[in-house]
Amino acid sequence: MTAHLSRRSLLGLAGASAGAFLLAGCGNDESADPEGPQTINWWHIQNTEPMLPVWAAMAKEYETAHTNVKVAIQPLENEAFKTKLTTATQAGSPPDLFQSWGGGVLKQQIEAGLVKDITDDVKPWIGSLLPVSVEPYTVDGKIYGVPFDVGMVGFWYNKELFTRAGITAPPATWSELLTTVGKIKSAGITPIALAGKEKWPAHFYWSYLVMRIGALDALKKAGTDHNFDTPDFIAAGARLKELVALSPFQKDFLAAEYGSPDGQAATMGNGGAAMELMGQWAPAVQASSSTSKKGLGDKLGFFPFPSVDGGKGTSSEVFGGGNGFAVGKDAPPATLDFLKTLLEVANQRKSATTGAVLPTVKDAADAIADANNKVVASTLAAATGFQLYLDQAYPPAVGQQVNDSIAELVAGSKTPEQIVKDITTVAKSQ
Amino acid sequence: MNPPAGTGLRTANAPTELPPVPPAATRQRGRRARPRLGRLGTIAIFLAPALVLFLLLVIVPILVAAYTSLFKWNGFNLPENFVGLDNFTRAIDDPVFLGDLRRGLILIALSVLVQLPVSLALAMLLNQPLRGRAVYRLVFFAPYVLSEVTTAVLFTLVFSPNRGLSTTVFGWFGAADLGGSLFADPATVLYALFFVISWKYFGFYMILYLAGRQGIPKELTEAATTDGATAWQVFRHVTLPLLGPTIRISVFLSVIGTIQLFDMVWVLTGGGPIRSSETLAVTMFQYGFRRFEVGYASAISIIMFLLSLVFALLYQRFVLRRDIEGALTTRGVQR
Repeated sequence: MTAHLSRRSLLGLAGASAGAFLLAGCGNDESADPEGPQTINWWHIQNTEPMLPVWAAMAKEYETAHTNVKVAIQPLENEAFKTKLTTATQAGSPPDLFQSWGGGVLKQQIEAGLVKDITDDVKPWIGSLLPVSVEPYTVDGKIYGVPFDVGMVGFWYNKELFTRAGITAPPATWSELLTTVGKIKSAGITPIALAGKEKWPAHFYWSYLVMRIGALDALKKAGTDHNFDTPDFIAAGARLKELVALSPFQKDFLAAEYGSPDGQAATMGNGGAAMELMGQWAPAVQASSSTSKKGLGDKLGFFPFPSVDGGKGTSSEVFGGGNGFAVGKDAPPATLDFLKTLLEVANQRKSATTGAVLPTVKDAADAIADANNKVVASTLAAATGFQLYLDQAYPPAVGQQVNDSIAELVAGSKTPEQIVKDITTVAKSQ
Repeated sequence: MNPPAGTGLRTANAPTELPPVPPAATRQRGRRARPRLGRLGTIAIFLAPALVLFLLLVIVPILVAAYTSLFKWNGFNLPENFVGLDNFTRAIDDPVFLGDLRRGLILIALSVLVQLPVSLALAMLLNQPLRGRAVYRLVFFAPYVLSEVTTAVLFTLVFSPNRGLSTTVFGWFGAADLGGSLFADPATVLYALFFVISWKYFGFYMILYLAGRQGIPKELTEAATTDGATAWQVFRHVTLPLLGPTIRISVFLSVIGTIQLFDMVWVLTGGGPIRSSETLAVTMFQYGFRRFEVGYASAISIIMFLLSLVFALLYQRFVLRRDIEGALTTRGVQR
């Protein structure tokens, strides 16, 4: 821990001296006068339809209303954004307003002194947002970012295939899920579609099982004491192995991608599998990657991740994440006002109607058109607890190790006991 | 010592002090009206742009990577957590890194023992007077023109689970199940990957060998044939030895290429399933841009660099010595 402290103070020193240097260097700094001319550098990753023009229009509107402010937008592709942001942060000059997912990466950015603490600025209006959506952006009780989109992971299922397999109600417990999988299999249908080439979809199972068995506390505790080698985590692995033992996934799933023509979403969208465990974007991707380009339509249903008998967690605790914006350390004062504008009810409604965004502002929920999205939104609104995706909640190295380890578990090359040791080793090294 | 008073003069008189020039050059001397820069000056001027670029784009990044490899650094702000050689000792204990080395060696062995001989055989075949020879050459060379990423995407489709072309092709032999499984099974993925790499690069080596073969004077093979050598004997005792330089270069390119293998693996398998096709470069990328362990990733990149460098130096010193005189490790050019 001493190493950590000294690192922090060193970072603090570096931040302070950089700040002093900047203050000295830019005497005409815009931050002095909120009415003075200023430019907001805004990086986001909604670089395609439908959100690209929506953001652009909102920025234009803001510029018209505030003649002293210019919004310089840089829409970037996801990977390009991450690379470019890395370069910018290495140089110590993050953009003023930029895409963030909260969690571990945001925490590293905060520790490096690159992100502004905006707790006081957003206090008047942050209450209009779903409380669970703000959690990933809250570190040590302070708010460092604002989400504009939030969703959760759950089981999407094909009602028609369920009926054909003689299943009347979606499973509510893990053992019911296992029975359901068995029934679907004996009806000659692939029970679950999974993208094994990409590791994140498999990590949903393990994370949710940990939540149901050890409750949110187990994950929170592991995040602080860096120990995953506990009975709850091992039990989650053992439960997942029960599922894997039924070979519920489509053939050659280890080589399957998520969004490719033969991937997980396409298998679901073409009616090739009965279920998939996926986030709120699943219906849209199923539709776009299916051969009909329409997906399952009315045949698609949603049920939350089942509870586990004897587990401490409840099924109203949800697992998910969303998109948000963080504010760079040197952002001009108008940035926060602009951010507030983006999250006004009217603007959130506009974003929601595109279908690409599940609004975080409670009053904008009525703009959600899709029936399944409505189910997700109402489940989220009623959630009693929220856990961000593990590969984003923890420091990146730990998150990636979680993904790698679960892949090894699912492929059968490591045991539940081995993977918690591997994850713990990485977590302790951070 | 103070410089002699006549320094400036000396520069002006420099031409007279040059060593005697061969007769061919003397004829041109009279045409030079303006005073010339020193020989070194000219070299410096023409070399400078290239040298600056080389320094900035090659030397500096290597030094930066070497520097950051000594830190535990997540890529934010400047590195400051100095850990010495920890990242390097960590690599030696890292099963992923050791696995990369093992897989690298397998791929190198396969390339040298399978891919190159096949290319050579093909080159010899296409060197025969054959109807439509040019077309064959073009067809075999075509894959090399595709970019690595394009090739990888193409084969992702071919070997895609369930619906790929491979399923159909394997179906003809009653093994449709195998089609999509090659890339999904940790036991076969590396060999499937090697197949794709070979598909892309054998044309390149084929052209290399063809060019080398073309350089062998016809008289030699003709003489051998006249002396009663069989086709195999001609190949074994005339063609093969004379192709030596080409073969040695091709092995060199193949090994260096395999050490740095990235694009194809990244797009085709992402290193999976469960790392069974991961290479050094993929591991480096994973640690650098996925796990934000930039210090460790730098260490891996330095190890890759050293592996390539040591191999290149040793290979030049002991294998290529006769082929490329005046290379880095041989001093004193004899000519």
